[in-house]
Order: sequence, then C-alpha cells, then structure tokens
Amino acid sequence: MEPIISVRGLGKTYAGGFTALKNVDLDIRRGEIFALLGPNGAGKTTLISIICGIVNPTGGSVTAAGHDIIRDFRAARSAIGLVPQELATDSFESVWATVNFSRGLFGKAPNPAYIEKLLRQLSLWEKKDSRIMALSGGMKRRVMIAKALSHEPGILFLDEPTAGVDVELRKDMWEMVRGLRESGVTIILTTHYIEEAEEMADRIGVINRGELVLVDDKHSLMQKMGEKELSLQLPAALDRVPESLSDLPLSLSEDGTQLVYRFDIKSSDTGIAELLRRLNTANIEFRDLHTRESSLEEIFVGLVRGAREEKAESLTKETQE
Amino acid sequence: MNWYGIRAIYKFEMARTWRTLMQSIASPVLSTSLYFIVFGAAIGSRMGDIDGVSYGAFIIPGLIMLSLLSESISNASFGIFFPKFSGTIYEVLSAPVSAFEVVAGYVGAAATKSLILGLLILVTARFFVDYEILHPFWMLGFLVLTALTFSMFGFIIGIWADDFQKLQIIPLMVITPLTFLGGAFYSINMLPEFWQKLTLFNPVVYLISGFRWAFFGMADVNVGISLGMTLLFLLLCMLAIWWIFRTGYRIKT
Repeated sequence: MEPIISVRGLGKTYAGGFTALKNVDLDIRRGEIFALLGPNGAGKTTLISIICGIVNPTGGSVTAAGHDIIRDFRAARSAIGLVPQELATDSFESVWATVNFSRGLFGKAPNPAYIEKLLRQLSLWEKKDSRIMALSGGMKRRVMIAKALSHEPGILFLDEPTAGVDVELRKDMWEMVRGLRESGVTIILTTHYIEEAEEMADRIGVINRGELVLVDDKHSLMQKMGEKELSLQLPAALDRVPESLSDLPLSLSEDGTQLVYRFDIKSSDTGIAELLRRLNTANIEFRDLHTRESSLEEIFVGLVRGAREEKAESLTKETQE
Repeated sequence: MNWYGIRAIYKFEMARTWRTLMQSIASPVLSTSLYFIVFGAAIGSRMGDIDGVSYGAFIIPGLIMLSLLSESISNASFGIFFPKFSGTIYEVLSAPVSAFEVVAGYVGAAATKSLILGLLILVTARFFVDYEILHPFWMLGFLVLTALTFSMFGFIIGIWADDFQKLQIIPLMVITPLTFLGGAFYSINMLPEFWQKLTLFNPVVYLISGFRWAFFGMADVNVGISLGMTLLFLLLCMLAIWWIFRTGYRIKT
C-alpha cells in the first residue's frame, strides 16, 4: 500500500548554522499511529513543522496523501491537521467561532452539523459559546484538536499531546486518539514520554540529534532490542558467582541474595533449562524466581546513549588522526 | 482560489473590529471631532478662506487622511502581529491558503474598517461645517486606494515588528509627522519657498492634495501626479509583500 506520508532525504539547517535534521527518510502507513520518540531538541518538532508547511526545508522532499508539500501545497495541506505543542489560541474568540474559522481557513464550506458532532465528541459542546480564555488548559488543548479536525483531515499530527497534562486527562487523550484511528485517521504523534509511545503506537521512530536512528514496529522493536532477565531469590547470600557457573551471563545483586540471568528473547534456546540444571548440580537453591522484560524506556535510553558514545568515539578518532 | 479561507480571515478580523468598537471606531471619530471643534469652529472662524474654501471645510480631507493613514496602519499591523505574538499564526501557515489569499483577508478587513471610519468622519464633519464634494467618485476612489495601500503598509510593519514598540514606532515617528507636515491643516503654498520644495519629498502631500482636489477642485500638486504617486506606493507595498512571502521573512524560519 502506498504510504500516506513519504519523507525523502529531508534536511534542515537553520540560518545560524544549526542542523536540526539530517537526511531523514520516513514512510508513514495509512491508518497507523506512529510515534516519533526522542529527547528534547532532537528534531521532532522541526520534522513535523516542515511537513505541515510552517518551516521551509533546506533539502529533500515530502509528499502527503500523494501530493508534494511545496508544489502541490493546497492538496497536501488540506489532508493534514496539526495540533502544535504550545497552547496557542485566540483568547477572545468563542469555541464555536474559532473552530468554524479553522474549517473555513482550510477551504471547506461551513458544516455546522459536523462541527457540532466534533465538539460533542471532544466534550466541548457545553462550552461552545465560552471565550477560549475562560477554559481550562485541558479544554484549550481539546479546542486545538477540534480546530485541527475541523476540516476532516486524513492525517493528524499531535506534537507532544500530553505534555503538562495530568494523568487522568492523558488517559482520556489516548482514548480519543484511538477513537480517531478507528475512524480512519492516520496519526503521527511526538512524545518524550516513552510510556505514551508504548501505550499508543503501532510503529515507533526514534529521532536523536536530527537523525532518524530507527523505525520499527513497536512489538518487534521491543522484541529485537529487548532483553529478559530472570532473577533468582537465594535463601542465603553469596559473596560471588560460583566458579562453576562463571561461563554463564550471570550477575549477583549487591547484597548477594539475588542471582540475575540475562537472556535474549528472540533466541530459540534461552538457556533457562540448562541454567536450572547447573544450579542444581552446584547445589544452589532458590526461594523464588521471576522474569522481567526490558521496557521501551530502557531500549530508548540504550539507543540514544549508544548513538552518543559512537559519536564521541568517532570524534576522538578524528582528533587522533 | 480558497474563497472560504479569505472569508474566514476577513470575518475573523472584522469580528475583532466589532469586539473593540470603542477603540477602533468611536475613539478616532471622537478625536477627529475635537479637531473640528478646535481648528474648524474655534480657530477657523477667525481665519480667512483658502482659495475660496472656508478653513473648516479645507481641513476635512486632511483630517480624514490623518485618521485613515494611522488607522489603516495600526489595524493591519496589529492584525498580523498579534497571531505572530500569540503563536496562532501556525494555523494560517499550515493552511492551504496562498500569500495572496492571506493578504486579501487581512488587508481587505483592515481597509474595510478604515473605509467605514473615513466615511463616518465625513458624516461627522457635516455637523460642524458645510461642504460639498465636487468629484464624489474620485473622492471614493482616493479613499479606497489610500485605505488599501496603507493597510498593506501596516501589514508589512506587522510582519517586520517583533515587539510592541516596533509596532508603534513607524506610525508614531514617521507617519504622524509626515501627515501633519503634509498639508493636512494648510496649503503648501502658504509655506516659505524652500519648504515648499522640500515638502514635495513627503509622499503624504500627494495623498492629501489629490483627496482635497476631489472635494473642492483645488490642489497643491497636479491630481495626475497625486494619483501616480499613490499607485506607486501601492506597487512598492505589493512588491515588499511579494518578497516577504517568497523568502518567508519573519514568518517562517
């Protein structure tokens, strides 16, 4: 199936010389929830801003719904709704006026019935005549979502949708995003909450220092990159890992009461049976055992740190040369 | 052409006008009335006619221009500056609207407002002095042209300004002096010879002179030149706006 958004060789260097994006290639599939994950300043917002037409790229090309975002900007932008990170609203306007304004701005004929449905869906109908400045932060964000959806776009960008939103509202937001996907909208969200990506996304792209480090299906990412740990609670503390088991990937907790065995999830032979047999031979007993998968957070931190170390290494090399 | 987009911006800007009616319409009408009372009725009654026109009537075109210029600039500049300031500009930038449509919406609304204001002042003046308009169509033509041109100029200032002070500085430091010295209250023939020559470098002279010609058939400079200069300034503003959108100056990084 043709991707709904296709990014090729996209680069952005700001006038000051700062390179925010380096040669990014990315395909977004129709109907998916795609999470763009990365630390602050990684280039997430720059990437989104270019696709939406707010920032001019310095290289590369983007198509949205099959239309080039520059040559055919009307068709491309009509297909996109954007909810930016900052809460920027016209304080003195009413909810009703501002959402209808957005629909008109995007070139659509008025459709009060659709706007009513949208406002009801976002629990804003009761507030339709309120001035935006009188609304709470969570409601303002919902108004911005209503504005972004007012022209019935097939693609929705949510830039940090839950930044500064409390836990309860965050859950509501996730629920709403899932509902939108059900109705056929493709959703691209950026976040630096890994929990959010883990909860919501079908696929994940990790961006760091302007480079797309990887793009993968969430589950396969967690499987491929993830490790599992098997912890064994010992009845008596050991002072070190026994000699006879030293060839296994074992480590001992600080207090010596826990043996930790690391293994690869994807390998067919995890080595657990062998471990248990050898523990038995070595006469080591255990009271309890449990396993734990590494979370996306650990994978992410590993990736970002890995990239930094690589960079540091190459820099050291360069200076040596 | 995204007509709905133009209409949305236009309606949004006009809604802002009605919301701030006191500030946007009532206050300029009031201040112009004060000018009529002071210069027209009080001082004007002791002054002789200028080329057969009573002083009170003579200052009407100049006073309308004075308000028209400053209000066109402040409306249009604020209209585009505020979304930049509050961040809501993101929506216009990400919308399927061309530069022309954005300008048509913002400048169209600002010019409409100035036009309403100019006509209101004209009506108000009637309460203080008698006057007739010799060329009503030309009068309206100059009014529309000036409102449009200076709303565009205001739009440019609104894009250029990155703080509130810059927003005020050009209208206050440049436009107001040029209008006062542009013959709003006197005919430039009343100036010493040297100043008569110098004053021809002031573009506002041409606007007021042409506008006054439409009222009374008398002008400081040839009306054709007045029209030409006004059109030239309109063209310069259009070029500047074209360049702004081409390069993304101060609106896109």
